[in-house]
Amino acid sequence: MKRLLSIELQKIWKNRASRVLTLSYFILLTFIALIASIKFDLGPFQFHLAEMGIFNFPFIWHFNTYIAAILKFFLAIVIVSMMANEYSYGTLKQNLIDSLSKKEFIASKFLTVVVLSGISTVFVFVMSMILGLCFSSYNEIGIIFSDLDYILAYFVKLVGFFSFCLFLGILVKRSAFALGFLLVWNILEGIAKGLLKFQLFPNSNNDEFVMQFFPLEAMSNLIVEPFTRLSVVKSIGTQIGIENFKNYGVPWLEIFIVIGWTVIFMLMSYNLLKKRDL
Amino acid sequence: METILSIENLSKRFGPVQAVRNVSLEIQKGNVYGILGPNGSGKSTTLGIVLNVVNKTSGNYSWFGGTMQTHEALKKVGAIIERPNFYPYMTATENLELVCKIKGADYLKINEKLQLVGLIDRKNSKFSTFSLGMKQRLAIASALLNDPEILILDEPTNGLDPQGIHQIRDIIKMIAAQGTTILLASHLLDEVEKVCSHVLVLRKGEVLYSGRVDEMSANDGFFELQSDDLQQLQSVLLLLPKIEKCIEENGKLLVYLKAPIKAQELNRLLFEKNIVLNHLVLRKHSLEEQFLELTKSH
Repeated sequence: MKRLLSIELQKIWKNRASRVLTLSYFILLTFIALIASIKFDLGPFQFHLAEMGIFNFPFIWHFNTYIAAILKFFLAIVIVSMMANEYSYGTLKQNLIDSLSKKEFIASKFLTVVVLSGISTVFVFVMSMILGLCFSSYNEIGIIFSDLDYILAYFVKLVGFFSFCLFLGILVKRSAFALGFLLVWNILEGIAKGLLKFQLFPNSNNDEFVMQFFPLEAMSNLIVEPFTRLSVVKSIGTQIGIENFKNYGVPWLEIFIVIGWTVIFMLMSYNLLKKRDL
Repeated sequence: METILSIENLSKRFGPVQAVRNVSLEIQKGNVYGILGPNGSGKSTTLGIVLNVVNKTSGNYSWFGGTMQTHEALKKVGAIIERPNFYPYMTATENLELVCKIKGADYLKINEKLQLVGLIDRKNSKFSTFSLGMKQRLAIASALLNDPEILILDEPTNGLDPQGIHQIRDIIKMIAAQGTTILLASHLLDEVEKVCSHVLVLRKGEVLYSGRVDEMSANDGFFELQSDDLQQLQSVLLLLPKIEKCIEENGKLLVYLKAPIKAQELNRLLFEKNIVLNHLVLRKHSLEEQFLELTKSH
């Protein structure tokens, strides 16, 4: 396993574009901390974002994982191109001739996905912990470590998303087209959502039930948007008469759906590789 | 003799195209094999199948007596296929380190093999800066990293300049001299003739000939004769029992035999019939002629 990982990490790390993207991903992650410094001073009305409660435990787990997940596209590019490059350089063929089995090849890519997601998760966890300890109004141990399922959801979400990218890289063989396909897929899911909601099930919640099984929808449902949960936003909502009964927790069903998709993507990737003549 | 690779009735079909048809081959340790065939005759496909990158349609192959899986067996094989494939952004050394990781070879081999192919001075240059000849030599170094029991080379001199071809050929000869089994696919006949002991001739995916290079032609050669009166010579020759046929070419008579006959005996026979020869040569077909003969007549 260490061997497979070191093979793959060497491929990524020696490539300047991948290295720069990976590094900028982690640097950008730390910039979430800069939100803390957002401050408006309008005379009598002072607005300091860090004191609006976004860095309160346990809300911070939700907020930071949601924001951090937006940056995943940086790593997605790295992962798609690490796969597509193997095709364009002809090195996939050479690796197999050099005695790597097809299973090992997929395993080395998937391990890399898991490791990158893992590092990103630990990174977000540590950063949130530090920010929280600095700005949170509640510092009891029990509160700090509550709602940690967001961290788990974040990890599952990244692994699922990157597995999708990996599969697209193998399917399409060209990084730009694979990313384009991802975009097209996203739009298709959007269209499907619209059709289900307004055409097929206009008066029921069946559309949500069906949509939760789509890969990208399932991934985005893992961590729902945290903004309407903020007390400020909530109180404005109540004032203008919108009652919000949204469930902000991590739905376990979604976790299993995303894990399911991850398995499906990896199996399909392996099958594609097995069937194709190089 | 230890069998390294045995191929049995291997076939491959790409849609409507039959790329390889019922190819069988046994590779014994220590020999140098050539696979000959025009472009598109199925050489690379056959090699691709045994190297685990192309899926067979039917048939079987087994490495080292079938005791291990293909990808495990490939750890004892060195192979380059068509064009050198490396990561362009890595240096020669880094690329070879990666191959070492995959094959489980020792990093110490890297400098040794780079020395062997004459790339030691450029070991820290990026692969993308290499010329085609250097890329091909790096590929050979990479294939040799695990000190393989068999080296498989597919068109190793394709697209190289004369110096490049010469360098690669020297390297191949050197490796062959060390007793490594080699399987060389090529359409360059003199290349195969110079290094190979056994040959497999393919055309349109079918085996036309398989065996030793020197036994490739059924007869033991032919005579090239010339006398003042070719007509008379020909009519006399055709009366002899051991002569199969005569063909006139460039003012000489090419005489093919049914059974071996010595030059002196032929000369004496003709002299007894009052024919004086002014040219008598026993010739063997070059591999090229034999190859053209084979691929034409089938």
